[in-house]
Amino acid sequence: MRRWLQAAGILPVLLGVIVLFALLTPKFLTADNAVNVARQASINLVLAAGMTLVILTRGIDLAAGSVLGMCAVISVLLSLSATWAPLAIPVALLAGAAVGAGTGAVVAYGGLPPFIVTLGTYTALRGAAYLLADGRTVINNDLGFAWIGNDYLGPLPWLVVIALAVVVLVGFLLRRTVLGLHIYAVGGNPEAARLTGINVGLTLVAVYAISGLLSALGGIMSAGRLYSANGQLGTGYELDAIAAVILGGTSFAGGIGGILGTLYGALIIAVLNNGLTLMNVSYFWQLVVKGLVIVIAVASDRLRTRHLT
Amino acid sequence: MSRGVEDAVPVLEMRGITKRFGGVTVLRGVDFAVRAGEVHALMGENGAGKSTLMKILGGVFPASEGNVLLAGRPLAARGPTEVLRAGIALIHQEISLVPTLTVAENVLLGAEPRHRLFRWVDRARMREEATRLLASLDNRISPDALVSELSIAEQQVVEIARALRHENRVIVMDEPTAALSEREAERLFGLIIRLREQGVGIVYISHRMTEVERLADRVTVLRDGERAGELTRGNFDRARIVALMVGRAIPELSPARGFDSSQTSRLEVRGLSDALGRVRGVDLRVGPGEIVGLAGLMGAGRSELLRVIAGVDRRAAGRVLIDGEEMHFTDPRRALASGVAYLPEDRKSLGLFLQMAAGENMTMTLASPSARAGVLRLDALREYGERAVAAFGIRLAGLEQSARLLSGGNQQKLLFARALALNPRVLLLDEPTRGVDVGAKQEIYRKIVETAATGVAVVVVSSELPELLLLCARIAVLHEGRLAGVLDRANDAVTQEKLMALATGQAPDALS
Repeated sequence: MRRWLQAAGILPVLLGVIVLFALLTPKFLTADNAVNVARQASINLVLAAGMTLVILTRGIDLAAGSVLGMCAVISVLLSLSATWAPLAIPVALLAGAAVGAGTGAVVAYGGLPPFIVTLGTYTALRGAAYLLADGRTVINNDLGFAWIGNDYLGPLPWLVVIALAVVVLVGFLLRRTVLGLHIYAVGGNPEAARLTGINVGLTLVAVYAISGLLSALGGIMSAGRLYSANGQLGTGYELDAIAAVILGGTSFAGGIGGILGTLYGALIIAVLNNGLTLMNVSYFWQLVVKGLVIVIAVASDRLRTRHLT
Repeated sequence: MSRGVEDAVPVLEMRGITKRFGGVTVLRGVDFAVRAGEVHALMGENGAGKSTLMKILGGVFPASEGNVLLAGRPLAARGPTEVLRAGIALIHQEISLVPTLTVAENVLLGAEPRHRLFRWVDRARMREEATRLLASLDNRISPDALVSELSIAEQQVVEIARALRHENRVIVMDEPTAALSEREAERLFGLIIRLREQGVGIVYISHRMTEVERLADRVTVLRDGERAGELTRGNFDRARIVALMVGRAIPELSPARGFDSSQTSRLEVRGLSDALGRVRGVDLRVGPGEIVGLAGLMGAGRSELLRVIAGVDRRAAGRVLIDGEEMHFTDPRRALASGVAYLPEDRKSLGLFLQMAAGENMTMTLASPSARAGVLRLDALREYGERAVAAFGIRLAGLEQSARLLSGGNQQKLLFARALALNPRVLLLDEPTRGVDVGAKQEIYRKIVETAATGVAVVVVSSELPELLLLCARIAVLHEGRLAGVLDRANDAVTQEKLMALATGQAPDALS
């Protein structure tokens, strides 16, 4: 009940923004546009799902956007080679998971703050992405997995289907698995978790590895949509992902929050981008509005739930 | 400025206080008055409403009905800061210090002495004043030490010193001795008596009957949010207070089992030392079904000994054997897997997951072994949770209720249920009833005895001698990390004097 309240916390804001745009512009509330919004939200949602796990353990993954860029480049490069093309997706995913696991190991066993460690990987992996692409845009007009970015499953784009599948899987992970329970325990009280016999280090490694894996998935989705990738792809995406998580009510203090809130948070961001664009609001003003909405929404949520804690 | 106890107008009066949270009434028309120069003990089981009443007094939240009078006039103060300024100081059970600041900075936080001319913080005077305040409690604490370096007991002393910096008319102390050693507690009692002589009204909340008998001029007992009764000095005794608190008689425990040296020890410790020199070459044997007490002053290494056995702290030398088999625990996970369960002293920071559900707290260790392919078996966990709630008499709205919302006694029972979830062979308990009310205490005692009866070796660290005498056939006493002696109740009468002699490093036969 408490968790449900916390997760539903931001839902009224999402509904409010939707009603507002529906009233302001007739182009907003159509089936086509709904699919558009969902598609715009999809990649951010995949990143934010991983970010939710990380933030639940009191951590942060600033490298999500860089991993996305690097893995997108890797997947397109491999798709250009006849022998490697079938392995483009698995290798890219593995690269993301491995980078994440390494980050997690440094955080868990090196005792360094996640902010610092991932600030380092954020920078280094961005460089790696540029190096792998040799500073250019790698293009494959014959991209084998372009269907991920452009085809539909029934009425829904694959991008949306994948994002929703990720949400469901992460939800299952958090609510129904030992790892999920341990994530909440480690985030809520790391020392108590250790004394309770929880393998805190392994839990952290798993969490960062999953975040890396999902960032790589985001990279494949981006590359699949664009038939190409370059070193710049995904710049700043980690901030949108963090914004979605925080909008969703997951606490930086750790141990509180969940995936449902993140879903609402990512949708709020996508609806704002979409609605403001439909209203021909300039990009600069969009940024201003988005930033203010994040702060106001989170502040109102805190006021509303203060008596619960 | 001493005022007589016979002052007609109480310095503090709370009249007809009712408090409702949502639909739940937690206080119902409670009257409570404190005269100048008296110690008024407020007692009751956890959940009886003591903390709520004191939070209303402290301005943490308002009463639904009723009013508060200070020296006969309605208290106009709103919020904790104004209440403090009006002369009412609350010393909370929970420590609320800033760990990264020094002792002196913490003691004078928010009331830093300023330089007369330039108005900057006068560090010299701050140090002086902090030293003066601390000296009345414990002169071993340096005003320059960082709070994070202090033990819980020392932090408590700093907390009390902080409340003393104001000119107080009323001081509320909530379980002030919970973390203090005998010596520190004695100092505190001396201070309380001095404050009483100065005409301060003192509200004293404690579960320790001996302290209340010794200090209190009056006792008010709360039960289920109502005033169960008020007793004045001369006509209260332990039995009457307890009867008012629980509203029922307390069953006797069956006597603890003694040590049978012919058997293999369930737990054996040989020459155990930790890496920091807080435990030095301790030998101890605990048989199956035996409950051994660990006594000693604060800092004698009692908690540390448990921590080394449980694999929490690193072992520097010595051996740990369980059922004759040597163990090499490098972390608590291995110890737990080998059947060693450990209940830490500091419930909130080391034990509980406060933001998680009560059920999750109880079944945390069970989750992984009972899972199939990493997927939780929620039915099995729920079943254990429900059985534990019944077996321990845990009072909660449901397994989903957040652990944060439970009383101290119920929180401790959650941890107990967790410790027993994996059917341990050895149970290490560090202050298992600290900050727990009489009713819950009895239930925990009974559970400890029951657990031992199934063949578990139990080691109990406690600062309360009556608790050890109730539970244990043998009491091991530590002094400065070493085993000073083991008192066996089968052979000799265990007295407070003998125990203190060992705990302070004197040989017991040196006493007459």
